[in-house]
Amino acid sequence: MKVELKIQRYNPETDAQPHFENYSVEAEPTDRVLDALLQVKGLLDGSLTLRKSCAHGICGSDGMRINGRNLLACKVLIRNLQQPIVVEPMKGFKIIKDLVVDMEAFFEKYRSVKPYLIQNEAAPQKERPQSPQERERFDDTTKCILCACCTTACPSFWSDPDYVGPAAIVQAHRFIQDSRDQGGEERLDILGDREGVWRCRTIFNCVEACPRDIDVTAAIGEVKRKLLFRKI
Amino acid sequence: MSGTIHQFDAIVVGGGGAGLYAALALSQNKVPTAVLSKLYPTRSHTGAAQGGIGAALGNKEEDHAEWHMFDTVKGSDYLADQDAVEIMCQEAVETVYELEHLGLPFNRTPEGKIDQRRFGGHTKEHGKAPVQRACFAADRTGHMILQTLYQQCIKNEVKFFDEFHVIDLIVQDKVCRGVVAYAVQTGELHLFHAKSVLFATGGSGRMFKITSNAHALTGDGMAIALRNGIPLEDMEFFQFHPTGIYKMGILLSEACRGEGGIIRNNNGERFMERYAPTIKDLAPRDIVSRCIYLEVRDGRGIGGKDYVHLDLTHLGKEVIEKKLPDISDFVRTYMGIDPVKDLIPIQPTAHYAMGGIPTNFNSEVVVDENGTALKGFYAAGECACVSVHGANRLGTNSLVDILVFGRRAGLSMANYCKETEFSPLPSNSEEPSRALLNQFKSGSERIAPLRSDLQSFMMDLCGVFRTEKLLKEALTKVKTLKERSTNLTISDKSQVFNSELLDAVELLNLIDLAWVTVESALARTESRGAHYREDYPKRNDAQWLKHTLASLSNDSVKLSYKPVKITKFQPQERKY
Ligand SMILES: Cc1cc2nc3c(=O)[nH]c(=O)nc-3n(C[C@H](O)[C@H](O)[C@H](O)COP(=O)(O)OP(=O)(O)OC[C@H]3O[C@@H](n4cnc5c(N)ncnc54)[C@H](O)[C@@H]3O)c2cc1C
Ligand code: SF4
Ligand code: SF4
Ligand code: FES
Repeated sequence: MKVELKIQRYNPETDAQPHFENYSVEAEPTDRVLDALLQVKGLLDGSLTLRKSCAHGICGSDGMRINGRNLLACKVLIRNLQQPIVVEPMKGFKIIKDLVVDMEAFFEKYRSVKPYLIQNEAAPQKERPQSPQERERFDDTTKCILCACCTTACPSFWSDPDYVGPAAIVQAHRFIQDSRDQGGEERLDILGDREGVWRCRTIFNCVEACPRDIDVTAAIGEVKRKLLFRKI
Repeated sequence: MSGTIHQFDAIVVGGGGAGLYAALALSQNKVPTAVLSKLYPTRSHTGAAQGGIGAALGNKEEDHAEWHMFDTVKGSDYLADQDAVEIMCQEAVETVYELEHLGLPFNRTPEGKIDQRRFGGHTKEHGKAPVQRACFAADRTGHMILQTLYQQCIKNEVKFFDEFHVIDLIVQDKVCRGVVAYAVQTGELHLFHAKSVLFATGGSGRMFKITSNAHALTGDGMAIALRNGIPLEDMEFFQFHPTGIYKMGILLSEACRGEGGIIRNNNGERFMERYAPTIKDLAPRDIVSRCIYLEVRDGRGIGGKDYVHLDLTHLGKEVIEKKLPDISDFVRTYMGIDPVKDLIPIQPTAHYAMGGIPTNFNSEVVVDENGTALKGFYAAGECACVSVHGANRLGTNSLVDILVFGRRAGLSMANYCKETEFSPLPSNSEEPSRALLNQFKSGSERIAPLRSDLQSFMMDLCGVFRTEKLLKEALTKVKTLKERSTNLTISDKSQVFNSELLDAVELLNLIDLAWVTVESALARTESRGAHYREDYPKRNDAQWLKHTLASLSNDSVKLSYKPVKITKFQPQERKY
């Protein structure tokens, strides 16, 4: 079938402003939007620029706005979308070129919440024991692929770019809830700060955007409760 | 394209499991290290690994590293080097514990131990029955490994150069001195002067049309080594995984069968019972893939077409949702069907390169039949060939391989850096890279059609079944493509994020690798593991119990061979 696409283009060397271009390619209804974009790149305009790798929703490279929603281009099929398919970069980060945005600020926030196991005791010979129930408490947030779909769908982030954002809170949650971790207090200090969890107004955009079906607001809620509980 | 120069004792190229584990080991040893990766490290394909990592922990039932070793050697069709396999299977155990200590969220048994499950070709007591050896975190084990290692590298403040695409290796007088990289965001060339360089650049599955491999898996490290005069080992052995989603190639992990899934033909028959009566659907991948092709050829594909069914329906919703959640999600998203109720159309998908840059068990690159190491150059992970997988890799053994030999690489490099000074950088080290990148200005051939040409004929002529006739045809085609590729053109002229330029470079890499693959396959007149010659259907140990070394010089491929290291297990007929 014919697929009509309307893609936002921007080349920093030649364009003052981003603008839209229209393209039409042949694709199967069961193809991914990513396949259609690569058809455009392969056959119509080799300069169309996007990030991609795994092509099945697991690496987090190709988050973008598709028909106004943050999605992974490789995880949405053409048959599920209205045409023309409107494709734009994620909102809130500097555009480097076409659909590629500068992710540095995103990773900086990720790093700011100490996203690693903090354990000060010597490791045992074998595994540190953990019950399936303890493991279950943070299962959901281990699924995060750092695609930034949530953060760039968040109105609080759009209005305050310093807000640490849902993705970083998800990462912190994964460790705060891990029975093996000893850095919970440090992370709660960071998230209790001005640009931390209290910026979240529980608008749920992030949950809807997450391609890994992580219950982002539930995680944020748990962190908020931990903070409240701590203050009493 | 000006040449900025950096200096680090150790350069790690690749931010997948192998590269990150090496970087972690280097940082723990306080060696100034930088990781260069063309993708953000967390985008690496290690993150796609689903099913598990094999280690004889014995948490669910009795198991021993020695049993793991036997299975690996048998699975390899006796082509693996047994000294390296022994190290791998022993160190697998401590590696898994170390990963747990670093925070990896493994699934747990009711007693709180790391949970384990069955996987193809892993058995107890040398083949008596399947054994639960694969340690796992749901069906996203690779994702958890990648995240955990990246997290620890952040903690240890490892220096990352993200979206730096390595173009060339700098070698002079048999000493490796660094790499040349293209900064994707700025279009500048950077020189990295180093005492030691590790290639951990992953696989090359994009050579084939139907593949489980990411777009980025274009065998860059292997191709750069080849262009620098280093032969590639055993490139004719490429694994086709039996259960790829029909037409898309997306992998449905062997964990599906580990949990009890069954493959059925058009008659609904569990046909693996006929071919491998003892372990049935859990036979190694080379065998199951061939059986699927045979069923299809005999008209028992679904509706007479070129696919069969994976049946998970008897596992029940609970097992499917809890132990195979991502796989269920793939099936729902991409096929629009429900694995709890529906049969899943599958076909073999190009999955894993057993061959690669030859190394010894300290991850040093060895450049000839005598095992001579190239000073300062290391390789680990899928781009390397130790060889622990021989002619066919067992499931869960790549994650073991990348971690065990990634860490060994880090430790070897740390030792080497401590006792070695920097060798000077040759002048004009970036010239060959500059020439490579500047050659696409005036051509007329477009990248996409050439690439799909390559992928199609490699799939059809150099895939699961091979013959002299098919391979000769493939050779003619690859030579024609090589010729045409000198005339490639790109339309993107910008300096910023010119991914089209890199697509062209990657295509050149794939063509060179396809060439040595076809020549190696044509020469090997026997069937072993994943390399199946219909015109030579038997394994021939008298003539072919040896590793291929293929080098590319003056536009021709030269083949030589080196012996297999056999320690504990003498070759036997491979029956399951
Ligand atoms: C879908 C799937 C499922 C799998 N499941 C399992 C499993 O359950 N168990 C198992 O044992 N194995 C499994 N495997 C195999 C295993 O995942 C891979 O073999 C392994 O992860 C490879 O790791 P690596 O570190 O060598 O490379 P990768 O993780 O592929 O990383 C390669 C790195 O090199 C970088 N790179 C490449 N070229 C360049 C360049 N030119 N310049 C700079 N950087 C470069 C990339 O950016 C990337 O960071 C699976 C594979 C696939 C495809
Ligand atoms: S719930 Fe909070 S984090 Fe999520 S989109 Fe709304 S404000 Fe942002
Ligand atoms: S929480 Fe979901 S949307 Fe946000 S970065 Fe992680 S995977 Fe992406
Ligand atoms: S390409 Fe990996 S998530 Fe889409």
